[in-house]
Amino acid sequence: MITNFFEGIGAYGVLMTKVFRRPDRWKLFYRSTIKEIQLLGIDSIGIVVILSVFMGAIVTIQTAFQLSDDPLIPTYYIAMATRESITLEFSPTVVSLILAGKVGSNIASSLGTMRVSEQIDALEVMGVNSASYLILPKIVAQLFFNPLLILMSMFLGLWGGAMAGDLLGLIAFQESISGYQLEFIVFENIIYGLIKSVVYAFIIGSVSAYCGYTVKGGAVEVGVASTNAVVRSCLAIILSNYVLTDLLLN
Amino acid sequence: MIQAKGIHKSFGSNDVLKGVDVDFHQGETNLIIGRSGSGKTVFLKTILGLHEPDQGEILYDGEVLGEMSKQRFKRLRQEIGMVFQGGALFDSMTVAQNIRFPLEMFSTMTEHEMDQRVKFVMDRVRLEGADTKFPSEISGGMQKRVSIARAISMSPKYLFCDEPNSGLDPETAIVIDQLIHEITHEFGMTTIVNTHDMNSVLEIGDHVVFMKEGHKVWEGNSSQVLKSTNADVEEYVFKSKLFKQVRQALR
Repeated sequence: MITNFFEGIGAYGVLMTKVFRRPDRWKLFYRSTIKEIQLLGIDSIGIVVILSVFMGAIVTIQTAFQLSDDPLIPTYYIAMATRESITLEFSPTVVSLILAGKVGSNIASSLGTMRVSEQIDALEVMGVNSASYLILPKIVAQLFFNPLLILMSMFLGLWGGAMAGDLLGLIAFQESISGYQLEFIVFENIIYGLIKSVVYAFIIGSVSAYCGYTVKGGAVEVGVASTNAVVRSCLAIILSNYVLTDLLLN
Repeated sequence: MIQAKGIHKSFGSNDVLKGVDVDFHQGETNLIIGRSGSGKTVFLKTILGLHEPDQGEILYDGEVLGEMSKQRFKRLRQEIGMVFQGGALFDSMTVAQNIRFPLEMFSTMTEHEMDQRVKFVMDRVRLEGADTKFPSEISGGMQKRVSIARAISMSPKYLFCDEPNSGLDPETAIVIDQLIHEITHEFGMTTIVNTHDMNSVLEIGDHVVFMKEGHKVWEGNSSQVLKSTNADVEEYVFKSKLFKQVRQALR
């Protein structure tokens, strides 16, 4: 098992060296990247909107519930605590974990299907660097669009929190906005989350692509690869979250 | 012309090719036949450069494949057309986009020239009107034609076909065989076809190579195959009742 793990790491490294090569035709690369942005990014907006609004609302309700016992704590602290939770962890990490499920399985299954139906062999026989042609646009699309999704998620999470607080009478909407602005630090509250989102985007794109690209067998193996892509991406996100949190905050 | 000289290939302890020597001539439809597990596919992939031989060498018009520079090898790839068993069409692209793909990737043609070329090869393989359809929307026979059209879109010098008529009805299979045969002669390509199908052997076999257990056992042409006295070829060719009757009639 340990040997397999290190062999996998090695094979992943070798694949990445093939991926990060100059594209054979820039025109086709741009076209593929735009298509991937549509497929992996824009098509994920819906789930990110729903997830973020409700996540913000739940965090606000939970925080209000925890702080409501102490009358000495001002209510805008609910908004402050919500902001910290949303911008530091919930939006970058939880949304990326969800995207690892949606986008990761899509990448792995599409590449896996291309592998078992000999489409990747067809590219190789033509003389196309199939790894670069197929995987690089997916990673670039992820690196470009994931931070935008996370930024949108932060905004919607905070808006959802303020709306829920106001609707349930926990904290007035305007007071939430004031709380969000209190001791707001751009690096800590925005840049930190975006740095994480870029790392997670690379993990989702590359790990899922590796799982799909290296499939051997048939339909069953494509399914297994899709599951592996989600599991491995999630594990890598959690591990890198630990490392990044330590590096960026300490 | 493609030459295979003393090709050996093993996977672990499994010796798949045990010294195969064959010359495949230009302008001929060369067929590799043999039972499953005889090493046909490994041989085809070795000729294509997808497997590196353990011993021996492959020559493309006198140039040794293993000694080519990376640039030359890449250029060679563009001189090769390949028809895969399952078609291997890009399912996210339409028929026309599939055929156009190699041109967009490698040629220096203008948009108009590419359109003209796509139209020409589509007409040549009789695919008129299918250009906006996706591979999932067309029949197996049409998929094979698209695969052939894509393979010849760059005017290759060498054409490889891996079981091009598997899964097709007998009538469509003959149409595909004849198409491969016609374009081989028309464009002067060196064509190598890997097949199980005896109809293909008789229909288009300018040069037939019979393989067994990693060896070339016999070679000849389509008319010689029916008269062969080689025991392995006889056993393979005359297995079915129909071909037994054919043999009796010939004798």
